[in-house]
Amino acid sequence: MVLLSVSNLKKYFPLQKSFIERVISRRKQYVKAVDGISFIIREGEVFSLVGESGCGKTTTGRLIVRLETPDSGKIVFDGKDITFAKEKELRPLRRKMQIIFQDPYASLNPRMTIGDAIAEPLIIHGIADKREAREKALEMLVNVGLTPPELFYKAYPHQLSGGQRQRVVIARAMILKPKFIVADEPVSMIDVSLRASILKLLMKFKKDFNLTMLFITHDLAVARLISDVVAVMYLGKIVEIAPVDELVENPLHPYTKALLSSVPTIVPQMKREKIILKGDVPNPINPPSGCRLHPRCPLAIERCSKEEPKLKYVGNNHYVACHLL
Amino acid sequence: MNIVNAILEKLKTMGLLRNSNALFKAGIIIVAGIIILSALAPLLTPYSPIVGTGDELAPPSLKHPMGTNNLGYDMFSRVLYGARTVLTVVVSATLLSMAIGVPLGLISGYYGGKVDRAISIVMDSMYAFPSLILALAIAAVLGASLINAIIAIAVVYVPTYFRMVRGQTLSIKSLLYVEAARALGASDSRIITRYVFPNLLPTVLVVFSMNIADAILTEAGLSFLGFSVPPPTPDWGADLRVGHSFMLAGYWWLVAFPGLMIMLLATGFALIGEGLSDILNPRREAVG
Ligand SMILES: Nc1ncnc2c1ncn2[C@@H]1O[C@H](COP(=O)(O)OP(=O)(O)OP(=O)(O)O)[C@@H](O)[C@H]1O
Ligand SMILES: [Mg+2]
Repeated sequence: MVLLSVSNLKKYFPLQKSFIERVISRRKQYVKAVDGISFIIREGEVFSLVGESGCGKTTTGRLIVRLETPDSGKIVFDGKDITFAKEKELRPLRRKMQIIFQDPYASLNPRMTIGDAIAEPLIIHGIADKREAREKALEMLVNVGLTPPELFYKAYPHQLSGGQRQRVVIARAMILKPKFIVADEPVSMIDVSLRASILKLLMKFKKDFNLTMLFITHDLAVARLISDVVAVMYLGKIVEIAPVDELVENPLHPYTKALLSSVPTIVPQMKREKIILKGDVPNPINPPSGCRLHPRCPLAIERCSKEEPKLKYVGNNHYVACHLL
Repeated sequence: MNIVNAILEKLKTMGLLRNSNALFKAGIIIVAGIIILSALAPLLTPYSPIVGTGDELAPPSLKHPMGTNNLGYDMFSRVLYGARTVLTVVVSATLLSMAIGVPLGLISGYYGGKVDRAISIVMDSMYAFPSLILALAIAAVLGASLINAIIAIAVVYVPTYFRMVRGQTLSIKSLLYVEAARALGASDSRIITRYVFPNLLPTVLVVFSMNIADAILTEAGLSFLGFSVPPPTPDWGADLRVGHSFMLAGYWWLVAFPGLMIMLLATGFALIGEGLSDILNPRREAVG
């Protein structure tokens, strides 16, 4: 069953211009952070969104949990159209969908104890009274491996390490037993040696609660480990979506191939054409015409610079947006 | 305030107040000292501050450590009891300003929009007036009394709290932990009271003590001009007013002691404020 469906979602951020620039040119400029993306996430699935820095992954996640309002498009969550839902209507829904941010240092209120932070969602949604909430928070502290729980309950965020804080953030998100969670690069700011344990913890909750997850990462190797489906994003567009094994064994988009070439450890025994892209990611303010990859793509043909490729179905639940197919 | 700041600067450059803890402690000692002395006034002096001793314009002596004034009131007694008046007026006034300015700043900063613009315009135009002039204008309209002096001073300092709280609210509101609270489903009022307010509380405390220092000078100014408590209520500013006409005749003790006390108490609160802001700031940064 489909839990989340996103269609043709767009979010442009107006560019802050200096006074002089505004006088010279009246034209408003935009960062096209998310520019017409569509996908579905089925119940119980881990759906990874992969792409380089600045391609719009975080914006997509924030749009889906409606911390940001889309410019256009449609988001249907659990049968409800929440695209333009007001904050008041969203509040009860937030019990079912949670987000874990990239930065565990900034995600916690410095003046609230760890225990209160974890108990907070129960109190916000009127699920438990103070005493019950405390009990549950203590239980949750044990579940995320912060023991002895009484000690951590009274601690303040600045007394914890990054890894411990992210465990607190996970506990806070999971105490509501949500259906759906957006995990935005949850381990990228954590010490490398601790990443695996935090991912394991996330996957444990995933299994226990039959969670559906949108996992955002720039690391295909991590996506490979935990996802069912992977979508590859480039400059505000999704260029390829496929089940994880299919994507790794049979990548069709040149950008996906290039990403895979840069992580040879994924499938080392496979012989495949290496694609090395020319230059750097262009400015998202004036993205290239046609296919956004064409100036960097070694395989580009004339059509690529003129016409924008649509996401096409190529079998095996595999979708690609490329003129060469 | 400028005089007080100048004194603080001087003390700092002289190396007497190198660390903020020392600042804070010095302030606490001064303020606590004055509060204790005024509380113990009946034990420290046999004279009433509002009954003449029959001994007029007597210079400082063992009997009258700060001399007597033109009506024969014991100045030491008036200084001690005057502290009660000053502290009552100034502390109630600043608490009142805080009680009005802080919620207004929170609402304005958090919700923004038209409400914010309307409140901001009123506050900014009030802020543009020098505090004493504004307090005078209000006190002149309301009439001279203890309560009116409190109201006049309270109104004057509302914009101080408003501006600080609004600015802080704007920056705290955009922080990730506030977003996170919104993602949890927290209501606006919960975000304001549990996430924004506790994080600006340290700054409010700093402004509070700085503000008391400033309000002491404003109160002194008001009563010097005859717009605070009516005579013969003991009050430092009022005593300055009486004393200044006897200055040239050489009766220096009529102004020296009340004047010194005004400076001392204001400096005490300013020191507490300075110390607090130093003590509270680094930790806030470390916490992130
Ligand atoms: N609130 C905002 N205002 C203006 N521009 C924004 C805003 N949020 C994001 N952007 C811009 O939108 C683009 C996409 O940003 P986004 O954070 O979604 O990328 P990302 O894929 O998550 O990158 P990263 O891997 O660095 O986290 C970037 O160019 C960014 O500068
Ligand atoms: Mg991001």
